[in-house]
Amino acid sequence: MNRRDFLRASLGSAAAALTSSGASARPNLTPAPEAIGMLFDSTLCVGCKACVSACKAVNGLPPTLLGDDVQYDSARDLSHETYNVIKVYTNGKPVAKDSETDGFAFEKRSCMHCVDPGCVSVCPVTALVRHPLTGIVTYDKDACIGCRTCMTGCPYNVPQFDYDNPWGMLHKCQMCNQKGVERIDKGGMTGCAEACPTGATLFGSRTALLEEAKRRMQLRPGEIYNYPRGDVRQPSSHHEKAVPHYQHHVWGEKEAGGTNVMHISSIPFDKLGMPPLGERSHVSISEGVQHTLYSYMALPAVVLGGLTWLVKRNTDDEGDDV
Amino acid sequence: MADNEFDFSAIETRLGVSRRTFLKFCTGVAASLGLGNNAAYAMAEAVADRKKRPPVIWLHGQECTGPTEALLRSEQPSLEHLILDLISLDYHQTLDAGAGHRVEEIKRHAMQEHKGKYLLVVEGAIPLAQNGIFCKIGGQTMTDATREAAEHAAAIVAYGSCASWGGVQSASPNPTGAVGAPQFLTDKTVVTIPGCPPNPANFIGTVLFFVTYGKLPPIDEKGRPKWAYGRLIHENCYRRPHFDAGRFATEFGDEGHRKGYCLYKLGCKGPETYNNCPSLEFNNVGGGVWPIGVGHPCFGCSEQGTGFHKALFSLSDVKTHTPPNTFPTIDAREGTSSATVATAAVAGVAVGAALGASAVAGRKLGNRDADQE
Repeated sequence: MNRRDFLRASLGSAAAALTSSGASARPNLTPAPEAIGMLFDSTLCVGCKACVSACKAVNGLPPTLLGDDVQYDSARDLSHETYNVIKVYTNGKPVAKDSETDGFAFEKRSCMHCVDPGCVSVCPVTALVRHPLTGIVTYDKDACIGCRTCMTGCPYNVPQFDYDNPWGMLHKCQMCNQKGVERIDKGGMTGCAEACPTGATLFGSRTALLEEAKRRMQLRPGEIYNYPRGDVRQPSSHHEKAVPHYQHHVWGEKEAGGTNVMHISSIPFDKLGMPPLGERSHVSISEGVQHTLYSYMALPAVVLGGLTWLVKRNTDDEGDDV
Repeated sequence: MADNEFDFSAIETRLGVSRRTFLKFCTGVAASLGLGNNAAYAMAEAVADRKKRPPVIWLHGQECTGPTEALLRSEQPSLEHLILDLISLDYHQTLDAGAGHRVEEIKRHAMQEHKGKYLLVVEGAIPLAQNGIFCKIGGQTMTDATREAAEHAAAIVAYGSCASWGGVQSASPNPTGAVGAPQFLTDKTVVTIPGCPPNPANFIGTVLFFVTYGKLPPIDEKGRPKWAYGRLIHENCYRRPHFDAGRFATEFGDEGHRKGYCLYKLGCKGPETYNNCPSLEFNNVGGGVWPIGVGHPCFGCSEQGTGFHKALFSLSDVKTHTPPNTFPTIDAREGTSSATVATAAVAGVAVGAALGASAVAGRKLGNRDADQE
């Protein structure tokens, strides 16, 4: 085999591997059987940030200060000390709430608890795990090696690393169910949903929340609807409010395989900073490629063989010269 | 006593209050208007000077007389004496001793005599449906009476929510077509003192300002004096820290309610109602007595489109939390804190030192090579 043939053969086998991977890629994961989630209704949010306060209290996080002048919690984005933040969309003269032009709207940022989570897929040491029953994506700091690959695997920029700490670890929302908190296991709900005064953050099973979101979209704008607060399956209370003009889109129903934390809004989601994601989860594609390439260690074996052959040929040449 | 100082001895006999009490009252009113000692003295002079007393025509439309009753029951000393003596109340249906055609005659006479100088106070809504037949005084509809009195008034004050924007009778379905004075007198400037009933201090302060300076205090686009209605109740509410921390009473008598938590979840309209209740409380009753103070959500009685329009337990729009406020924008990222800047500086120094050291080492090595050769 000459050099030309070798290169042709290796390219050919790589191409074959890639083509076959397209066919054999796994489908999107499906929601966990008893998936727990939250529904964020941007039109209900009044920006009180009670959810941010509650989150910090439950998770024992310090306030994020802007500097010496602002001595209260004023986090600008998710960070190692902020698992949940309220952001604002503004356009023109921001006077009308939930209006795309000359208006403003609030948007929440927190872990979406993907049905097919990128962070779990890329984690080399299984420190991030999707719970088989509830679908909650949790993090094990004892297993984590601090490689931060999960930060690149997440389409929502959720996992955050504590760079200032020499023993830094990863930080993200674990739906108030991490070791030592376990609010869900104890039959409670997340801190943010419990604190929310308007029901903008609603807790519940993914199925019930999806049903609630779709029900709201069927309502006529202006009609009075009795909005639940707390847990959608057994609300702590209700309040009446006129129905806004919803976008007929539940973010998280299908995006990249879906999420357990879903959003609805009267502003298109690209304006609210949601990434452009298709229905196909990126994880299913990347795992398909990777798992095909490495199945039975075939490709590494081929590459190793080729390299060995090259080295051997080169050393033989050297031997001839001497 | 300096010659230029005003002699208040007359007012002591006239109003039956001590000079000290009188000046205290004027200072209090000036302070609540955000004015200083000089203004208080100017007000005292204006009140003491009988010639400066403006004649007042006071009309009642559709209402419960609440604003007048609130004014009479004010807690400040001798307030009814002051209010009755600082203005010349020529016509007031509730307080006039006389009745019938005689009183109506006095009204017309006063309006003629003080043309362009009198102050018109409207209390109560004005029904427009069916040519205003739903409210008649002395055979005259409220619409006619208001238009007639407003024609030559020096200033018009709408006192109470009914007069300001329609009040309870303007609530759906509003069979009488009730509106407030500003909606009826669209070509005039009407100062509104909304509230159900309004705080008498807001009225007295506005009238004293008018008496003293001959003009009305600065008002907002709804005609409300900015000194009294410039801020939301939510901005100065002492339950506000509970709101910010997410501590809410969820039902009457629950733990949060007993602990004095925020009443937003119970339908408090403070976040969308402009009034000075948190500082002046309710009708000068004192002792922390106002709706939020006693554990009841604010009803939004002074706010058009809120009181009598929104359901009591429905949530209000939080107007304080609107941009531009301290909200991060959608694409905001956690900025470089001072700590990371310091870290970067340290790292820079370290890198610089390493580069310098290697450069020196390299030169030394080069020298050694040269020596060996």
